[in-house]
Amino acid sequence: MADIREILKDRILVLDGAMGTMIQRYGLEEDDFRKGWFEDHPSPLKGNNDLLVLTRPDVIKEIHAAYLDAGADILETNTFSGTTIAQADYDLEKAAYDINYHGAKIAKEVCEEYTKNNPDKPRFVAGSIGPTNATLSISPDVNDPGKRNYTFEQMVVAYKEQAKGLIEGGSDVLLVETVFDTLNAKAALFAIQEAQDELGTNLPIMVSGTITDASGRTLSGQTTEAFLISVQHADLLSVGLNCALGATALRPYLQTLKSKAPFFVSAHPNAGLPNEMGEYDQTPEMMAGEIKDFLDEGLVNIIGGCCGTSPDHIQAIAELAAKYEKVAQ
Amino acid sequence: MSLHPDYTGSYEYKWANLAPMKLSGLEPLVVTAESNFINIGERTNVAGSRKFLRLVKEEEFDEALSIARDQVEGGAQIIDINMDDGLIDGKEAMVRFLNLIASEPDIARVPIMIDSSKWEIIEAGLRCVQGKCVVNSISLKEGEEKFIAEAKKIKQYGAAVVVMAFDEVGQADTYERRVEICKRSYDIMVNEVNFPPQDIIFDPNVFPVATGMEEHRKNALDFFQGTRWIRENLPGAHVSGGISNVSFSFRGNNVVREAMHSAFLYHGIKEGLDMGIVNPTMLEVYDDIPKDLLEHVEDVLLDRRDDATERLLAFAETVSGEAKERKVDLEWRKAPLQDRLTHSLVKGITEFIDDDVEEARLSVERPIEVIEGHLMTGMNVVGDLFGSGKMFLPQVVKSARVMKKAVAHLLPFIEAEKTEASSNGKVLLATVKGDVHDIGKNIVGVVLGCNNYDIIDMGVMVPADKILEKAKEEQVDIIGLSGLITPSLDEMVHVAKEMEREQMDIPLLIGGATTSKVHTAVKIDENYNQGQAIYVLDASRSVTVVGSLLGSEREEFVQTVQDDYIKVRENYGKKKAFKQFLSVEDARANRYPIEWKSEDIYQPSLVGTKAFLDYSLTELREYIDWTPFFHTWELRGKFPQILEHEDMGEEASKLYKDANAMLDKIIAENWLEARGVIGIWPANTVDDDIEIYTDESRSEVLHTQFGIRQQLKKSAKASNVCLSDFVAPKESGLNDYVGGFVVTAGIGIEDKIKEFEADHDDYQSILLKALADRLAEAFAERMHERVRQEFWAYEDTAYSSDDLIKEKYQGIRPAPGYPANPDHTEKPGLFNLLDATKITGVSLTESMAMLPTASVSGWYFAHPDSHYFGVGKIKEDQVERLATAKGIPLERMKQWLSPNLDD
Repeated sequence: MADIREILKDRILVLDGAMGTMIQRYGLEEDDFRKGWFEDHPSPLKGNNDLLVLTRPDVIKEIHAAYLDAGADILETNTFSGTTIAQADYDLEKAAYDINYHGAKIAKEVCEEYTKNNPDKPRFVAGSIGPTNATLSISPDVNDPGKRNYTFEQMVVAYKEQAKGLIEGGSDVLLVETVFDTLNAKAALFAIQEAQDELGTNLPIMVSGTITDASGRTLSGQTTEAFLISVQHADLLSVGLNCALGATALRPYLQTLKSKAPFFVSAHPNAGLPNEMGEYDQTPEMMAGEIKDFLDEGLVNIIGGCCGTSPDHIQAIAELAAKYEKVAQ
Repeated sequence: MSLHPDYTGSYEYKWANLAPMKLSGLEPLVVTAESNFINIGERTNVAGSRKFLRLVKEEEFDEALSIARDQVEGGAQIIDINMDDGLIDGKEAMVRFLNLIASEPDIARVPIMIDSSKWEIIEAGLRCVQGKCVVNSISLKEGEEKFIAEAKKIKQYGAAVVVMAFDEVGQADTYERRVEICKRSYDIMVNEVNFPPQDIIFDPNVFPVATGMEEHRKNALDFFQGTRWIRENLPGAHVSGGISNVSFSFRGNNVVREAMHSAFLYHGIKEGLDMGIVNPTMLEVYDDIPKDLLEHVEDVLLDRRDDATERLLAFAETVSGEAKERKVDLEWRKAPLQDRLTHSLVKGITEFIDDDVEEARLSVERPIEVIEGHLMTGMNVVGDLFGSGKMFLPQVVKSARVMKKAVAHLLPFIEAEKTEASSNGKVLLATVKGDVHDIGKNIVGVVLGCNNYDIIDMGVMVPADKILEKAKEEQVDIIGLSGLITPSLDEMVHVAKEMEREQMDIPLLIGGATTSKVHTAVKIDENYNQGQAIYVLDASRSVTVVGSLLGSEREEFVQTVQDDYIKVRENYGKKKAFKQFLSVEDARANRYPIEWKSEDIYQPSLVGTKAFLDYSLTELREYIDWTPFFHTWELRGKFPQILEHEDMGEEASKLYKDANAMLDKIIAENWLEARGVIGIWPANTVDDDIEIYTDESRSEVLHTQFGIRQQLKKSAKASNVCLSDFVAPKESGLNDYVGGFVVTAGIGIEDKIKEFEADHDDYQSILLKALADRLAEAFAERMHERVRQEFWAYEDTAYSSDDLIKEKYQGIRPAPGYPANPDHTEKPGLFNLLDATKITGVSLTESMAMLPTASVSGWYFAHPDSHYFGVGKIKEDQVERLATAKGIPLERMKQWLSPNLDD
């Protein structure tokens, strides 16, 4: 297997696009989320997209393949909410390991097939680790600012299980993404180190934060540079930003990362800013136009899409990225 | 000059090849050679500050936080936090205090130094801090094994570390011991633990001078020399110390202490000291120290005279006066009341809020006015600053807390004002599933609570089923949903759909940062037909909205909102049209998908046309939809409730009486005649057009009804609809039908109008026109019903007049020139098919208007999936197609369709 660290020295790699948007197109129903695994689960499961890696792997593999067809080098596993903490919403804590193991496994199968057909373009699986729906730095109760729903230790336990599943399922890289609270990410990084120590692996780690409002800060209030400093202790493959904003809005913050980070830089922005309906309007051409600025400026080594992007977007981005030389770290 | 015998000249940083130490709170702190000196605030230390200890012990955390804030405002670039005291649970206090600091952006902007001699407390602290912090401290005191284990853990947590010059033998108290221990510690850290050298800070122990003991004379000098050695020999490592220790002998004499600290730092920094734990609000500027005092102090620090201590002690007796306590800038307290309140809210300052709120309360009639006036004004400033990126979330959370405190002060007065405890109504509030943001929702709760509504606050992350269950159980009058993140919008739509499904009809309020009037009107309200969904801009509006919804003017208010939302939806449709379009071929490929089955096609009992002359107006009268009639008169309310309306009821009743009196006359004296013609023909769809055939053989096309297809690119599942999609395509082999009609109730109206105009009786004239319009609409409704039941005969349900108004039946009757087919030039074809002008007397003007105006025409579609829709914007390719197909010059066709043409 080629080493992603080496390939990144030679060219820009393309990450895939949104999963949720694609799943929506299938118009799946409650049964699809239960099939073979959770038939008797007492509460509704529709919308718990991560379960589909178990119940409808065909759908997820088809989407993965669509992104590889579009030219993506790196697939994200469909495991964004695969922690006991995130799954607690559905009373499915028990499914966490399976989601990650199988999520990585099916992504790997698709990647291997594509790599076999075209060994010059090896494909990689990035095990997706989301932020959970809890915040370690922000109180859930305005009247009690010292309160926390979860502790760091609890989060480490949850993330460790996720990381082990992703590693054992065959991930090539681990991606801690959509970081809105850096303490959550630090717990994930802590857990990943423990998991890797126990399993004797050394997978590269990507971290991607998210800037949530016009102040240019993370939800928990950090500036981009403060966020970078807070995760820099981990030996990362890349640091970057995703979600929340469109490409153009991300640019000044990517410039900060590019100039300050001793790592490769990644970006997977949304297809523009959501409009007042919460939808993303950017066409592939519009988005690629904005991303061209990143590439002209040599800002990113890994580029992909987040909310609202489709294989069409990724294809436009991949075609663009192919025209550019490598970007120095 | 160097104080160190082995090093000449002043110290210069020589490890520029190494990365600088980088720390972070909410903001970065990069320690470079140019940083000179980093202040670490010392006052949040239970061992060093009795006041802080007392506050922690008594759990007065608000005030304890204000000590931290003062340190940061006073210039601390890092704050040291220490909870080591036998009488408090240090671990719990550390966690509590660090969590509280995380909610105080003024403090949390700087990095934290977690200070404890207990590893357990340090680790608990490391688990609470999102930024890169500093651990203070570890050492070789208990051996290498423990030292290494702790250093490794700290590295894993991602913190920098203070290493004390302390080993198994004891604390380093000479120059040589400092060198020995620091070297050994450094080597272990860098070589065995692989700790980044720039993240190591040595504390070579600041000991008191001028104690009177001989062995303490060189304490400061040894420290300076040790510092220089570390900086010259241990690449990248930093040096820090607890500076206040040096002046321990002069407790109580702050003038001397400050001078001593400043002089110590002055010399220490010159030797490479680049960090220090100090009280930043109590530092004298070196150059401002009186020369005589400075000389005495430096004699001691640098051990320049044998009698230095005695001389300083004697001199100290003569020095008195105030220590330099830095004053917090309180200039803003002189501003007018509103400015002060706004300042407190924006800055998140609780200190003066009670006083200011009290002042505000005394200035108004009712305490609630302070909330709705002063405080909302301030919160709107907060909202604007957040919207423009000048504030960020943790700051806004603090503002919300100030707001809460202000309201808490007012509550007793509000309670006292209430004479009876009767509630104005029950409001359920919840932040929807998947979202944890509740600041806005909490404010709404408070404001409504103040206005005597019972609030059931379900908190955050509440799933739809729980909301509905609770709403039913508590029989609430209103549900309010809040959310800040984008996915919450979908969740709100889901709640609305669930409410519709459960047949609820109570108002649904929508609020929160990402919500909008457009989204509420287009996505939420559209899915909640039984009740009204209403977007509420901010908490201050919630009172008027809820008041209107639960008060006597409810009908009228809902009508106003509904009218507004209809406009919003129309505008949204227009705006959307500027987006993406499909070619007419691609749009056609995405036609409305109907699975054609023979059982969905009905054999009409009438094939051909049928005329109705002098139709019974008595019968039609029963089909009148009165609500639009009142709208004509600017009385916006629903019939029949409007007759009872507080303000409009009287006028509406009079109008209704006059209208009925006139109807009686219209019927009795034959003022008007109603005529109509309907037709049903064999038909099939070819692409976008409907071919109407002369007979069942379907071999000869009698007329082609041309359709316009939606061209706007839709989301994945939605289709691009055209009316022809509701008729079976020719290739399906199914024999389908389409119908048409023209009806009027305006025959004879001209004469009567002239009579009224001659009498200058505008009222009667307008009344008659309005009634004729209503009768024509009633005729269309009745005719459609008869078509469904008798002539096409596919309906066997009897619908109530209310159901008819709500169009609950199957099938549609869209009119040419209206949204589903905006092409007015389709009218002549319809009229010809029906021979309508001859039979009904209705003619078409040049601009395709019908005369008399009290007329209605349209097509009938019967398929169960047929529905009303708007074509929206179309592109030129479709206009070209229509122009060619219809044989109308392109420019002319463009003029006809100009309102729909996207440009």
